[in-house]
Amino acid sequence: MTYLDHAATTPVLPEVLAAMTEQLGRVGNASSLHASGRAARRAAEQSRERLAEALGARPSEVLFTGGGTESDNLAVKGLFWARRQADSRRRRIVVSPAEHHAVLDSVEWLAKHDGADVTWLRVEPTGRVLPEALAEALGDGDDVAVASVMWANNEIGTVSDIPALAAVARSVGVPLHTDAVQAVGQVPVDFGASGADALTMTGHKLGGPMGAGVLLLRRDADCTPLLHGGGQERDVRSGTLDVAAIVGLEVATTSAVRTRAERAPRIAALRDRLVAGIVAAVPDVQLNGAPLDDVLAGGPGRLPGNAHLSFAGAEGDALLMLLDARGIECSTGSACSAGVARPSHVLLAAGADAGRARSSLRFSLGHTSTDEDVDEVLDVIAPVVERARRAGLGRR
Amino acid sequence: MRVLAAMSGGVDSAVAAALAVDAGHDVTGVHLALSPDRQTLRSGARGCCSVEDAHDARRVADELGIPFYVWDLAERFTEDVVDDFVAEYAAGRTPNPCLRCNEKIKFSAVLDRARALGFDAVVTGHHARLADGELRRSVDAAKDQSYVLGVLTAEQLSAAMFPLGSMTKDRVREIAAERGFAVAAKPDSHDICFIPDGDTRGFLARKLGSRPGPVVDAATGSTVGEHDGTFGFTVGQRRGLGVTVGDQRPRYVLSIEPVSRTVTIGTAEQAGVTEVRTAAPTWTGAAPELPFRAEVQLRAHGAPVSCEVMADEGGGLRILLDEEQRGVAPGQSAVLYEPDPDRGDRVLGQAAMRRIREREETVRH
Repeated sequence: MTYLDHAATTPVLPEVLAAMTEQLGRVGNASSLHASGRAARRAAEQSRERLAEALGARPSEVLFTGGGTESDNLAVKGLFWARRQADSRRRRIVVSPAEHHAVLDSVEWLAKHDGADVTWLRVEPTGRVLPEALAEALGDGDDVAVASVMWANNEIGTVSDIPALAAVARSVGVPLHTDAVQAVGQVPVDFGASGADALTMTGHKLGGPMGAGVLLLRRDADCTPLLHGGGQERDVRSGTLDVAAIVGLEVATTSAVRTRAERAPRIAALRDRLVAGIVAAVPDVQLNGAPLDDVLAGGPGRLPGNAHLSFAGAEGDALLMLLDARGIECSTGSACSAGVARPSHVLLAAGADAGRARSSLRFSLGHTSTDEDVDEVLDVIAPVVERARRAGLGRR
Repeated sequence: MRVLAAMSGGVDSAVAAALAVDAGHDVTGVHLALSPDRQTLRSGARGCCSVEDAHDARRVADELGIPFYVWDLAERFTEDVVDDFVAEYAAGRTPNPCLRCNEKIKFSAVLDRARALGFDAVVTGHHARLADGELRRSVDAAKDQSYVLGVLTAEQLSAAMFPLGSMTKDRVREIAAERGFAVAAKPDSHDICFIPDGDTRGFLARKLGSRPGPVVDAATGSTVGEHDGTFGFTVGQRRGLGVTVGDQRPRYVLSIEPVSRTVTIGTAEQAGVTEVRTAAPTWTGAAPELPFRAEVQLRAHGAPVSCEVMADEGGGLRILLDEEQRGVAPGQSAVLYEPDPDRGDRVLGQAAMRRIREREETVRH
């Protein structure tokens, strides 16, 4: 089996499995006062401190959540509610249309049910949001509750310059949230230095467990909770801490951050060989997103493991099925929970036509990817695309 | 063989897919998303196109250990089946959307795509027998679906598999239960999948709006009432005419004339049909030599009638019925069978009925 869908989820790291297994064998609620509780709390708080250090945050800025979707919901809704509560003129949300659905659907829910007005940011053909576009959309910022721009796009891998965007937002007094689920461990992410007010990350994209995420939230950011209860996590996110998951998340994150400088160039080289091989083997292939060697503010402008390609005349889901039958696992990057493939909203937001958005495929490489994985794809891609293109001809 | 199993989420297609796996085929499951605005959950026992139905199909595929995908055919289905359904009613005819779906979607759009992707056949949970290219009625007469498959050509049938035709529906449910499929006791779907509330007249009224016209009694030629749209009527219909005629005898719809929007009604005697004329037929095998004797079924779940089939002008058929029939509606298919009590009546082909002729000539408008 050739697993090239690390942007969906990654294999759990052996050290994560070991740390979680050990913690799962211990009793203790981190909120309890007795010895077992203290031991659990110590493990959780140690993880919080190590995570904070790895991400350039203070421990008090680390809020544990149930994952990326919850963190995005909490940041977008919580910041919107708190900011509008403080000043009722603040009803506007400024957001990129290329965001993950956890952000998009939160924004649309607020627009439909809670009186929010949405301003969609201009997106470059690469998928990047430029500081000028944010400045234009924010105006004087007086009526804006919150802005949200992802650090790196989950489909096409384009990185935006979050420090520059955060500076723009800060200059007009608007908090910026950034979804960094795909960015942490792949590109340098320093929360404090970025100037962002809130940052979403999750464990299972970098070798950790599912169901464990973090919202980094500046100490001075006011955020209305989604979950009420025991008052854990600065009273912003109640609920008994899942200590084993938190330990796993921390081990995975610190490992991913520590090994990034060695791993990222290795994965980027594999990815570059994959893209070059596909382009050589198949006619009419378009690379979506930023160029492979794109540089942004001195760092990579594209995630090292991301290869997102459109195969004119073939449907993404047909390509996916044919590759699946040959043991190659990848993604169209845009399947909704109902399982119906839709044209990629990210490509549409970046100005692609529906045909290009429908014919796309995402290969995402990660810590377990090898030269053999690349060879497997290059061995079969030409006949697979040819067959999918034949099947695509019947479409009206 | 590499086989594509069309899985609706119901018990029939689940068992059909399982039997294809048992037969040693390399099976891939596909659920067809046919509705442009899919509901999250089923409403009532009807329909097969909700996300919940896709989930039911996926559960079975996962149990069978076969790949499973959802194919979005909503656009094709809307154009070829739903729009056709509405247009046929607007033209005063009574379409059969299941037959149209088999003709245009399952054994055309899906089959074409399957072949292009390298599959050899499509397996479905239809209750009909298919062996050596011969399509026959199911052993379960009450569940027989050969009528809605009668439109398939030899070429389409050559890539179709119907593994359920030789067993009863009860046996299908037993197999599903033995295998622990959660859908074993799922209710049968009825009616038209894209009208989940079963209100066809309401659906057509929303699509076509109010189109009032007269209801005319054939015996006198006089207008006896008004209606909101001819689409509310089917030739042969007795109930819900909304008019009372002086002699109190039951009246039936004899004809629907879409331009003047006239619905003509008449007595039981006038509603009897002895001859139908059709559009060009399709055949499940080599075209038989005309004329010939056969049995014809004039609507889904209708009883077969012996008949003589002969050529008509314009490439259609003229079918003379041995016994007078009521409830014969233009737009429905006349499906022709060669009776065979041992192996099951064999489907010869079908033709869409265009004109019907009553036993006695009546005043037509």
